[in-house]
Formats: sequence, structure tokens, C-alpha cells
Amino acid sequence: MVGQLVEGPAAAPPARRGRRNYTPYLLLLPGLAWLVVFFVVPMLSLASQSLQTGDVENGYTQTFHFQNYVDAMSQFWPHFLRSIVFAGTATLFTLILAYPLAYFMAQKSGRWKNILLILVIAPFFTSFLIRTLAWQTILADNGLVVSIARTTHFTDLLQWLQLTSNDSLMNSKFAVICGLTYNFLPFMILPLYASLERLDHSFIEAAGDLYATPLQTFWKVTWPLSLPGVVGGTLLTFIPAAGDFINSRLLGNTTTVMIGQVIDSQFLRVQDYSIAAALSFVLMLTITVLVAVYVRRAGTEELV
Amino acid sequence: MRWLRSHLVAIAGLLVLAYLLIPNLIVIIFSFNNPAGNYNYQWQEFSTEAWTNPCGPPGICDSVGLSLRIGFIATIVATLFGTMIAFALGRHRFRGRSSTNLLIFLPMATPEVVMGSSLLTLFIAMGVAPGTPTILIAHILFCISFVVVTVKARIASLDPRLEEAAADLFANPTQAFMRVTLPLVAPGIAAGGLLAFSLSFDDYIITNFNASPSSITFPMFVWGAAQRGTPVQINVIGSVMFLAALILVASGTLISNRRNKVAA
Repeated sequence: MVGQLVEGPAAAPPARRGRRNYTPYLLLLPGLAWLVVFFVVPMLSLASQSLQTGDVENGYTQTFHFQNYVDAMSQFWPHFLRSIVFAGTATLFTLILAYPLAYFMAQKSGRWKNILLILVIAPFFTSFLIRTLAWQTILADNGLVVSIARTTHFTDLLQWLQLTSNDSLMNSKFAVICGLTYNFLPFMILPLYASLERLDHSFIEAAGDLYATPLQTFWKVTWPLSLPGVVGGTLLTFIPAAGDFINSRLLGNTTTVMIGQVIDSQFLRVQDYSIAAALSFVLMLTITVLVAVYVRRAGTEELV
Repeated sequence: MRWLRSHLVAIAGLLVLAYLLIPNLIVIIFSFNNPAGNYNYQWQEFSTEAWTNPCGPPGICDSVGLSLRIGFIATIVATLFGTMIAFALGRHRFRGRSSTNLLIFLPMATPEVVMGSSLLTLFIAMGVAPGTPTILIAHILFCISFVVVTVKARIASLDPRLEEAAADLFANPTQAFMRVTLPLVAPGIAAGGLLAFSLSFDDYIITNFNASPSSITFPMFVWGAAQRGTPVQINVIGSVMFLAALILVASGTLISNRRNKVAA
């Protein structure tokens, strides 16, 4: 369905002739069985685990202990809030950064279009982790970026905004948001590009003929017509960013711990499975609710 | 000033492109570094040592091998299952269509930690020990939806009249499918497969929940290295992947461009 966000609503396939046809069900069987057994059932198992009491040594029993949720949230609500804020900020930045590039690719690049498209997906060809580690080099204390940021007093601005705690850039909120923005930028560019590419350039010319200023043209013509791409890109960026912990772990410090990192350590290090499952379930619910509200507000329900 | 204004979008766009590509450049440049300490974050001196001895650090090449094996199997299974679902959705009408769509969509809208941890709770509840098979199960799972979406888009863009034409020319349904439909959908299947392979090869979060110390994939090796010192060979493997994929995609685009020109 994200495909539909990108491609636009597809026409319903033509009806097959009268007789009862089992082919679609046979085609669906292996894939859907896999999804049910290894996606739906684990979700139920997660919900059940979150309502159990016990520990790893003595085993768990199903007690419908809703207190787990209270315990989990009272302890970790700051990490939740932080994840939503970081992911939201990064999504906003990806939108601001992706728009000019997507617009340029879709409307102005001419024969360079294919090369630009390859360059946009090219970062994916190197592992996510290795690229995130590269940011340690880019933002390192004796690097070029830091010295430019210091001369231009950008570091002071960041400190004033409390995004960094001293005059370096690494291991800070700034570095984490920067990494999140970078890592999920292509997920914003591609859907935006898809909807801007379909935009008929004569609409923009028509707005100019009717004496709209470039800014008016953008707000009244380009932006509304690119909304499906904006919605698609926002979802594709926000959802993985909210659960991500690679950026916060590799580029941040103890004050940037995001909820994904908490879930990971509660499961694999602390081994408090019930609390971890409760956190995981709340994250899933939070994202589902936020996405539903957002999609409704954006008024493009038919797309999702 | 006027020039600047008319090229503002282009300049901003190219700056954003630079932001996207600089980390890849850093990875390549630092594959020629000879770092002073355990961490390869600071430029020291030029060296080709890591390129001549890519398997130097213990475990690195085993982890690449494991990731490649998992990637291949996950890609084949997920592409097969995903393509079948895409054909069902794109070419047939059936009851339960919207719930099928929902079931395809949900895994893509689920954060990786949730998917990884929910699978872990299932494996714990069933008493299944984590290892390579559980990693494979997880990878096939998260690849299926992306294959469905990619192949479905391709099927939707096909002209149904081509199949009708095949039928008019006395092709039976199997012939029409093998000779007309499948070749036309093939680029979509290839794209879906490539996407599945890159998702599988690159996944850390879900893998980490379902792996054991004896099943270290390449991303897990990199993660471990980030905690105790990053060997330069990581950058070598990153650079090789990058250049190989770039050449593959670029030549694919060139070939299809040329074909389009010939057809036109």
C-alpha cells in the first residue's frame, strides 16, 4: 500500500469469468501463511507476554498483569517522548531537505533524471551501520565540520538550543537528529519525486499567467498536488525513525537514549521480557494512532 | 543575483545530494586509512593494507559469507511468495482482498524493534533456540511485503490488452503467462528481488533479536566492532558493496535506456 502511496491508486483488476476460481487463494497461500505465522502470531505472543509475571529463571505465567504497562511507562515515558520528538524533528528536516531535490529531479533535471535517481538510492548500497559510523568521522572534534561550526558560532546556537552540551558536535542530540535525517532522507525523496513527477508543468505556468507570485504558485498549486508524496514520505520516514536505535546508540550519549534502545536492552540484556513486551506494544500502538490521526488530518485516507 | 535566484532549486537540490553522498565517500576514503588506534574515525596515512588483506580481522569474512547466504535464500523465498501474492492482487478478484492488503501493509508500518522483539517472544514461548534458521524466518517475513508492493506496481502498469491479444492468437493461459505476462513483469520481479536482498543483507535490528553468538551476520559484526574498535576492512567491504551495486544498477539503466531507444 505504500506502493499505492507512491504509484497512486491502482485500477481494480478486471473480473474473471463466472466460474469459481481458486487460483488467487493458491497464489496467496504460502506468503500469507508466512505473514500470519511469523507476524500476526508473534504480535499476539507479544501482547500475551506483556501481561505475564515471572522471570527468566522461573518461567512466566499468564496473569493479565496490567501493572506491567504502568511500570513500563512510569519508568520509560521520557524515552518515549524523546523518540517521538526526535523522529518528528528528523521527519520535518527530511521534508525540508527532500523537497528541493525531488522538485529539481522531477521538473528540471531533463536527461540527468536517471543518474540523479541512482545517486539518491546509491547510499543504500553501503550498509546502514557503516554509513552511520562515517558520521563519527564527519562530526569528529578535530574535523572540518566542527571548525566551520565553531567559526560561524553554529555550535553556540546549538548549545543555546540545548542540542549539544559543549562546543563539539558528536555524542549529542544534534548528532542523533542529524543521523536520523540523513538515514531516512531517501525514503522522503522517492515518494515526493513520484508525486512531483506526475505534476503537469503547465499548471505552474498557468498560475504564473494568472499573476501568481512564485510563492503563491508553490502554496496554491505545487504543494497541494504533492501532498500524496508528502504523506507517503512522512510515514516512511517517521515510522522507522521512531523505533530506530542505531543512530542514538552510535551518535548519541546517555541523554539521547531512544525507546528502541530501551526495548533492545530490556529484552536482550536485562531480560525483563514482560516490561520489554509492554514497551514494544505501546510503541506499536502509539505509532498506529499517530499515523491514523495524521493520515485523517492530511485528508488522503483513500491512499492508505 | 538573478542567476542565483533562477538556479536556487538546483543549488539546494545538489547540496542535499552532497549531504546524502558524503558519508559514502568517507567510507571509501577511509578504506585507505592506516589508523593510529583501534578506531578508524580519524585520518592518519594512506595505506592499501586493508584492501590486500580484507579477511584480516577474525570473523569478518565468515560474517559476510553468512549474510550472503541468508540474503540469497531470503531473497529467493520472499521473491517467490511475494510475486505470487502480487499476481493474486493484481490479476484476480477475490474475497478478503482488503484484509490481504492490510496484512501486506502492516509489516512495513511496524517499527523494526517491535517486529524483532515480537518474533523473539514467539521463539521463546515455543522454546526455539535463536540462530541462522530464525534469522532466515525473520528476513523472509520482512522482505515479502516489499516484493509484493514492487511487483504489484509493475503488474498494474501493464496493458491487459497484451494478454488478450495473446489469447486471440490462440495462446492457452499457460503460454500467455509464460510468453507474455512473465517477461513483461520480470523487471518488477528483479527489482523486488534486489530490494529484498539489500534489505536482508543490511538488517541489524531484527536480526539482532533472533541471532545467537554462532550466527553473526555482517551488520552484527560491524555493530560489535563499533563497541571495541572498527577495523579498516569494514570500510573495504562497504566500498566493494557500494561500487558493485552502483555498477550493476547503472548498467541496468543503460541497457534499458538503449532498449527503449531501439524500440522507439
